Amino acid sequence: MSPKTRPQTEQEIYGRRGRPITDQDAHDISRVEELSYDLKVHEVMATELRTASPDMPLSEVLEILRIGRISGVPVLQDDEMVGIISLEDIVHAMYKGGLEEPVSKYMTREVVTVANYESVVKAIETFTLSRLGRLPVVDENNKLVGMITKGDITRGILVALQKDYQEEEVRRYRASHLFQDIISDRTTLVMRYNIQARDFNHGGNASSHIKRALTRLGADPQITRRCGIAVYEAEMNLIIHTDNGGILKLEVEPHRITMSTIDDGPGIPDIAQALTPGYSTATEQVREMGFGAGMGLVNMKRCVDTLELDSTVGKGSKLLMRIIIPSQTLTGIREGQK
Amino acid sequence: MNLQQVIEKLELNVLTEPRDFSTIEVTGGYTSDLLSCVMAGAKTGYLWMTLQAHMNIVAVAALLEVAAIIISEDAQPDQATIDKANQQGVILLSTPRKNFEIDGKLWEMGIHDA
Repeated sequence: MSPKTRPQTEQEIYGRRGRPITDQDAHDISRVEELSYDLKVHEVMATELRTASPDMPLSEVLEILRIGRISGVPVLQDDEMVGIISLEDIVHAMYKGGLEEPVSKYMTREVVTVANYESVVKAIETFTLSRLGRLPVVDENNKLVGMITKGDITRGILVALQKDYQEEEVRRYRASHLFQDIISDRTTLVMRYNIQARDFNHGGNASSHIKRALTRLGADPQITRRCGIAVYEAEMNLIIHTDNGGILKLEVEPHRITMSTIDDGPGIPDIAQALTPGYSTATEQVREMGFGAGMGLVNMKRCVDTLELDSTVGKGSKLLMRIIIPSQTLTGIREGQK
Repeated sequence: MNLQQVIEKLELNVLTEPRDFSTIEVTGGYTSDLLSCVMAGAKTGYLWMTLQAHMNIVAVAALLEVAAIIISEDAQPDQATIDKANQQGVILLSTPRKNFEIDGKLWEMGIHDA
């Protein structure tokens, strides 16, 4: 990220505190401290610059300071920073001569700066050592790019902490609390997917979405996996065998997961035969893709606790599968039960 | 045995985005071109050897969370399949070797059914 034209900062070379971080360090570092290492000067500095020029009369500078309610400005000549002029310098000038004197006469020429790519902690250090209230910020070419005060740092850290806090809130409010938060006599989450016939390119999409949803809901991985396999086979059956596709539905309740599909044809003439391992009506083309092993329904049966298949030729098929969530499995889903 | 060692020993081509394969533990293997059989037989962390190179292998591998798919006999998945694999975090590997040879070599390396 940093350009090659500048030397690496200590932090970039050695990590925090100028050396690799140990577990103990990690434990000791407070979030604010961590942020002051993470935050870079350019993230908190003010970029709206008020500047003075060397030949400007001090009265004019005083006006800039008054309007901006600031205590000092950098002095630029042809875009180059040649010094800094502060209220203190002006007070000094008033005491000696007057406000019509030029800036160049009273400005501080040896300017303490901080680099924009440094961490905020470096700026804090510089503030402490120099006892200054504001520092010009320069880039790797020593060009003025902003100003930083202690107030900017405090504000930057507060904003970062606030962001932290919000992210934490979002993360904490995972879907796994859903069933705990909703109090009812019966809470059911229904997910419905329209599956198109012959849409092999999207084959497995519904099952992977379901798997992700169950994981987010805090379901036991083993149950998620069983559910994923059963739903995948059902989804592929709709794609491979139906005339017009069908609807795949998943209902999640604290004590069970119900998966069902419904389609409008062609229907299964002999359900017992369809349930025989190895029996398949898949076309040669579909078999070439690795489907039609005649194991789909067998796999579903293996993965679920109950399976019911109803079908009428010319009308369509209904498949209903259930997985019971055992009460001893304390999953996020189960916890929601009243 | 990690995936990096398998890739090196079997000189496999990595078709999907490179990543740190040494952190991926290989726990076993399953060889079949029938997706439903793979659904039943392959487990999380397995290598799946197959001649199939079409998009549907990605969905199966993602659901099962297999360590990687080894596509044999230089079968080439199309770009859409590779893109989908990258998106779903599925690793696609390929080799001119035949399934039988891959299985033999994996077995020799000590990868058996977990």
